[in-house]
Amino acid sequence: MDIAGVYLDPVVISIIGVILILSFVLLTVLFLTYLERKVMGHIQMRLGPMRVGFHGALQAPADAIKLLVKEDLIPATADNWVFRFAPYVVFAPVLLVFMAVPFARDWVVANLDLGLFYIVAVPGLAIVGLFMAGWASNNKYALLGAVRCVAQMVSYELPLVIAILGVAMLAESLSLSEIVKKQDVFPFILVQPIAFVIYIVASLAELNRTPFDIPVAESEVIGGPHIEYSGMRWGTFYLAEYGNAFAIAAICATVFLGGWQGPGLHPFVWFMIKTYIIVFLIFWLRATLPRLRVDQLMGFAWKALLPLSFLNLLLTAMFVLYGWLVFAIAIVVSIAAIVLGYAIWRSRQTSRQASFVRPATVLLIEAAGGDGQ
Amino acid sequence: MNDYSAVLIASVVALGLVFALLFVSRLLAPRYRTEAKASIYECGMVPMGQNWSQIRARYYLFAILFVIFDVETVFLYPWAVMFKQVGTLALVEMVIFIAILLFGLVYAWRKGVLQWK
Repeated sequence: MDIAGVYLDPVVISIIGVILILSFVLLTVLFLTYLERKVMGHIQMRLGPMRVGFHGALQAPADAIKLLVKEDLIPATADNWVFRFAPYVVFAPVLLVFMAVPFARDWVVANLDLGLFYIVAVPGLAIVGLFMAGWASNNKYALLGAVRCVAQMVSYELPLVIAILGVAMLAESLSLSEIVKKQDVFPFILVQPIAFVIYIVASLAELNRTPFDIPVAESEVIGGPHIEYSGMRWGTFYLAEYGNAFAIAAICATVFLGGWQGPGLHPFVWFMIKTYIIVFLIFWLRATLPRLRVDQLMGFAWKALLPLSFLNLLLTAMFVLYGWLVFAIAIVVSIAAIVLGYAIWRSRQTSRQASFVRPATVLLIEAAGGDGQ
Repeated sequence: MNDYSAVLIASVVALGLVFALLFVSRLLAPRYRTEAKASIYECGMVPMGQNWSQIRARYYLFAILFVIFDVETVFLYPWAVMFKQVGTLALVEMVIFIAILLFGLVYAWRKGVLQWK
């Protein structure tokens, strides 16, 4: 391939692209750690970091230096090699995902035919790394966290994979560049609102972020799989988490919001605007929602998200075969069916509850004006 | 083929980056190992009992359900790409296929497999 009249081997171009994306991702991750603390701070009516640099702008580099010069401890009873290798397995998929993401027209390192399949398959590798970390620590809390992690990530993987299929049906391709090009008329979120919500929810669960942070909950399992890690070895997990958050936002922007398509501005600017809207949404959800209980969490994935993702598949099929009108009717019918089903289920639940003999304490609370819960 | 070689290069670079970070940290960070530091963390108490313990079978059932549906999604991907060309026939076939699988999910649901206790 010729660039500016100089012949470059494709392998050299690939290496340059990989290194460019690596530096871009690392800088973004540094910025995101700062941005999250600022955004969270302002949502909670505080200022966030203010000390290091102008409005705390140098907080992220300061944290990086602190992590680098901190002592790295490995428990004497840990499974040494697995413990050391786990951060590699957790971090590598983050960079791999970005290889297939088109940042602007033709700005993609690996234009994979199976791009959509690739971006849902590769992040799944991180499950292995987190379980390795939890197992190798030889710690009860770490093991418990790791098992929760696997159960949760595996359950939420399914709705995610099936929800994103609707996009493949619309674009008739699995290549991400092709999917973005097909969105020049309208972004797919207009036809795929259910898939968009399922994707955001399921990928927050994959990230182990609030409200799905049971595997790493401080008050329950003291950080879960990360508990025995310190210094830069822990920092690698941190890098991976924020890198993943950015990857999810980038994929969301590409697949549902039209990627680099947009009027006026440079395609890359459009891509970044859309990505940062999703990033902000992820931070906002963290600041707003409390943690789910483990039984609610698994039930939600299997009983709500999985049937919904199949419904999305059916609705998309209606749109592809019969156009907007049938699609709109199908949406109205399915919303009506869901509401009706829920109402019937609720009335059966309450009539069953009413037939119970209530304990005296509950009757007392109800008599006093409470709801008896 | 070239596209996947970029993926290979990226994985080598990612592993190299983690190695470099840990190497720099090893050069800069202090290393004073004591017995207390090398013990595992259990809220400040001396660790008790067996740590690599047995895991509930509850998790195992979720894994089996996952495998069933995950294999199905492999069939769904090529179907989704070809859907528009094949048309209504593809829709009918896939509705039957998914209905059989959903029947399995409903069965598991009624049996209480999805109830976390």
